[in-house]
Formats: sequence, structure tokens, C-alpha cells
Amino acid sequence: MGDFLQYTLAGLSAGSLYALVALGLVLVYRSTRVLNFAHADVSTFGTFVAFALLTANKPLWLALPVALLAGAGVAVVFYFGVLFHAQRRGATPFALVILTLGLALIFQGLTIYFWGAEPTSFPFPLSDSKVWKVGPVYVNELSIGILAVAALASLLLYLLTQKTRLGLAMRATSENLAAAQTLGIPTRAVLAFSWGMASALGVLAGTFLAPVLLLDPFFMLDPFFKALAAAILGGLNSLPGAVVGGLVLGVAESLAGGYLAIEYKGSLAFVLIVVVLLVRPEGLLGKEFQERV
Amino acid sequence: MDLVETYRQDLRFVRKPLQRVLLFLLILALATLPFWGPSAWLNRASLVWLTAIGVMGQNLLIGYAGLISFGQAGFLAIGAYSFGHLRILGVPFPLALALSGAATGAAGWLVGFPSLRLKGPYLAIATLGFGTAVYQIFANTDALSGGRQGLAIPLLEPPFGLARDRYTYWIFLGLCLLFAGATFNLVSSYLGRAFVAIRDSDIAAEAMGVNLTRYKLLAFAISSFYTGVHGALMAQYLGHLEPQAFNIQETLNFFVGVIVGGLASVEGSIFGAAFAILVPVAFGDFRWLVPVLFGASILAVLLFEPMGLAGIWLKTRLYFRMWPFR
Repeated sequence: MGDFLQYTLAGLSAGSLYALVALGLVLVYRSTRVLNFAHADVSTFGTFVAFALLTANKPLWLALPVALLAGAGVAVVFYFGVLFHAQRRGATPFALVILTLGLALIFQGLTIYFWGAEPTSFPFPLSDSKVWKVGPVYVNELSIGILAVAALASLLLYLLTQKTRLGLAMRATSENLAAAQTLGIPTRAVLAFSWGMASALGVLAGTFLAPVLLLDPFFMLDPFFKALAAAILGGLNSLPGAVVGGLVLGVAESLAGGYLAIEYKGSLAFVLIVVVLLVRPEGLLGKEFQERV
Repeated sequence: MDLVETYRQDLRFVRKPLQRVLLFLLILALATLPFWGPSAWLNRASLVWLTAIGVMGQNLLIGYAGLISFGQAGFLAIGAYSFGHLRILGVPFPLALALSGAATGAAGWLVGFPSLRLKGPYLAIATLGFGTAVYQIFANTDALSGGRQGLAIPLLEPPFGLARDRYTYWIFLGLCLLFAGATFNLVSSYLGRAFVAIRDSDIAAEAMGVNLTRYKLLAFAISSFYTGVHGALMAQYLGHLEPQAFNIQETLNFFVGVIVGGLASVEGSIFGAAFAILVPVAFGDFRWLVPVLFGASILAVLLFEPMGLAGIWLKTRLYFRMWPFR
């Protein structure tokens, strides 16, 4: 029983980070119908900005917001500079995916240019070697921090989309772009905001993933794939789905790693993707897709 | 000046006798490259030819049939490893090549099944899952990947005392030309038209009598056959296999080749393969610059020249054909 709780806790902590990354993916997919393959690389870039500030002995309360803004800025510029024009010219969904791949490659190169490709450790105020025993399980400082931040970010995002005028505009825009424009919603600004918000969530996840993993230009790739699986599991167009999917995936992975074989822990996500897509393509909480000829 | 009566004529590569002569001269120049080019070019050119086969396969899938696959690295690994194991068992080169292509084609046929239900981003994710799963299976199974030492593949034994790098070059060039010719015939046949119809609107294609199940699965199978042959040739070229060579980065190179070369174009696939191989060679000293250049050229191509290098080539040809009018 102690083992089970321990694995579940570890899974929840990993899963909440998957959920943060998945929220960014879903936010972008819902608003602009683009699967953002640049999410990992832009988040990595933002995390490296935080890394640069932290190694220059700047405090975390300064480094984190600057990094979030850097990530958000990149996404907003990409939206206005590239994506908007491509969508106005009627680019196919495939072309849009490839555009984000181009962005991903550019930021991968830039990250290597500025910070090199060698793995480094991330200086972070919270550490995972500081451990307390609570009942039958051990909890460490870092996973508590991760859970708290993820819960806070999800709550704020919920309040933003459900309780504010901006959130209403975001929902309206993702529901029906043309109708939203007709009603006088500045859809371009709203969509750019969604992109920026998504990217900031990715950077947030990145700064909390970096102390767990080692920091190198490719460290977000694996969590990104997991987050894709989580987003698919929850439904690509459902924000609560992303959170549920992330947590379920994290716990399932942790339990599979603990009780089955550790080597195939990473493959679970992809098995899950295939099963979900074959059985229920719209995901757990997503709406069913309907298509017109 | 030229009257086009059938689809096949419309897609015809060579239209005039002069073009036939030029094409012949080009092939002659390429075939004699070992005699006049620097020896460093020989290896790079071999790599371009074998990559071109894979890019053609990917182009059949993306450019013609309009299906996305992010699992190319997985197909590549299946082709390379089945070729490697067959060669180690002593199977001769041509048979091993055909078998590894067929094995990969079968894998592609299986992966094609989700494509019957899924579209766009969902298909991308499903195939991505496949690619990563294959990578992890190879990375975690020592019996398949040869463990820590990797898998060493017997080199080709050239007949008649030819130099090995020349012999390899000629084989790769010959195969590339063979596959290019086959692709031309494929896309101008009923099969190619069915692929294009599915790409433009699969529901409309079905209404016109195209069997979606059969042609989507065929698109995956044929494209993976190409990729498997590419993987096999890559295994032969490298002489040594490690699972790390088949990660997501390899899939991205395919995309760069297809997009920059030009969607739905055979000669574009060859241009794209040359781009994806030669840019890293030219900028080998600046590791960071290669992804930036790849990414920037993807963006530039999609925004300004959606047909890629093949489009530029087409426009140049058209300009000279129409000259002095425009």
C-alpha cells in the first residue's frame, strides 16, 4: 500500500507537468486548429532564458516572469509574423503543422547557439533531495512545488477562460471565428494572446521540469510527446481534458514503471495514443468531431 | 506546340528531343562523377541518392496522397535493421534489399490502418507514436539492435576489382534513377490519380469510386517500401547501426527534404534530398546553424514558394520556354 501511494504521488507530480504542457497544446489547438510542434522548442528556449538569469544570480521571482514573457513573446511574434498570414492565404492544416516544425527547428538551433548542446544542471531553489516522511510515503520539496504550481496555474487558467471577458472572447473565437469577428471581438489579438499564454505555460512547465531532468536543448521533447498523448487522451479541444489526461497518464506511467517493466515506461504513452485514437478519437472529455464535405 | 491529350502526357518529364539529349547528358555526367569529381563528393553524392529514394517515398505519402506520417524514422529503422540482419545471415545484397523493403512495406500497411479513421493532426500523432515506439523497441532489445556494440553490416564486395566507393556510388545512383522512373510511372497511372483525388478531398474521391481503404493503405505501404529501401541503403552506407540514428530528428530531415524540394514532385524530391544532405555538410562547423537554416527555409518555402525548389525549377524552365515573352 505504501508503494502504491508512493508511485501514485510520483505519478501525480509528473502528470501535473504533462498537464501544463498539454494545456498549452490544447489552448493553441482549440483557438487556431494548429497542432503546435514548436511547443517543446519554444518552451526549452524560455527555460534557457530562466537558466541564464538564474546562473547570473538573479532571483527566481525575477527570472521566472522574464522567461515566461520571453516564451510568450516568441509565440505572439510567430502568430502575427507567420501563422496569421498563412491562415489568411488558406494554408492546409498540414502546412500549418509544418510551419510550427520550422519554428521548432529555428529555436532548436538558437538554443544550441546561445547555450550549447551539453547537458547542464539547472540551479533551482527547490530540491528533490529534501524529503519528508508523511504517513507511509516520502514527499520531496520539488514535487510539492510542482503540484502546487500546476494546480495554481490550472486554477488561474480556469478563472481566466470562464470568469473574465477576455476568456469569453477566447471561447467565442475558438467556437466560431467568423461569428466572433462579426460581433466585434478583436480575434487576432485574442488568438495571439492564446498563443502567448500557451507558450508561457510551456515555459512554466519547462522551468519545473529542468530540475528533475537535466537541461539540454532537447530535454522537453520527451515530456512534449507525453503531453501530446495526454492531450489526445483528454480530447484535443478540451482544457479540463488536458489536465485529466496529464494526471491519468502520469499516474499510469508511474504505476507501470513500478509494477511492470521500467524499460517500457516511456512507450506506454504511445500505446495509449494509439488505443485512444482507435477507440475514442475525440478523447475522454472532448466533443465529437463532425465534418462537412 | 505541345498538345496534351492524356494525364500521362501532361505529367511527362521529357517533352522534346532536346530535353531527351540534355537528360541523357546529365545522367552521363552523374554516372561518370567518380572519374572527374573530387573523391569527397562521391560519398556525399551517394548519400544524396539514397536519401532521395526515401524522400520520394515520403513525397508519395504527403505530397500525392496528402497523408501525414511522423513515423518515418521508425520505418527507416525497420528497413535498416531487417537489411542488417539479413546481410549478417549471408543473404545477397539485392535480395536483402527487396526483402527489407517488403518488410517495411508490410509495417507501413499496418500503420496505415489508423489513417482510415484519423485525419490531420490526429494521424500525425498516431504515426509519431509508432515511430517512437519502434525506436524504443530497438533501443531496448539487444537481440535486435546488437546491444552496446551496435550492428556491423558486411561491406559490399565489388566485382572486377572496382574501387568500393565507386561501386557503391553506381549502385546507389542506379537505384535512385530506377525509383525516380518508377515514381513517375506510378503518379501518372490510375494509382497516382487516386492518391491525388484522396488528397484533394477523400469524401469526393470515394464518391467517384476510389476505394479509400485500399488506396490509403497502398499509399502507406508503397511509401514505407521506399523508406525501407532507403533505410537498407543507409545501413549499407554506414556499415554500422545504432538505434540512436533513428530518432525524431531523422523524421524531421525527411520533412525538410519534402517541403523544401517541393510537394508532389519527383525531381523536387531529389532536390530536397540534396538540400537536406548538403546543407549540414556545408555548415558542418556550425552545428546550431543547420536547424536554423532548415527551419527558416521551411517557413520561407511555405510562405513564398509553396512548390519549393521544384517550383523554382519549373518557373525557370517556363521563363526560358516563353522567352522573350512572359
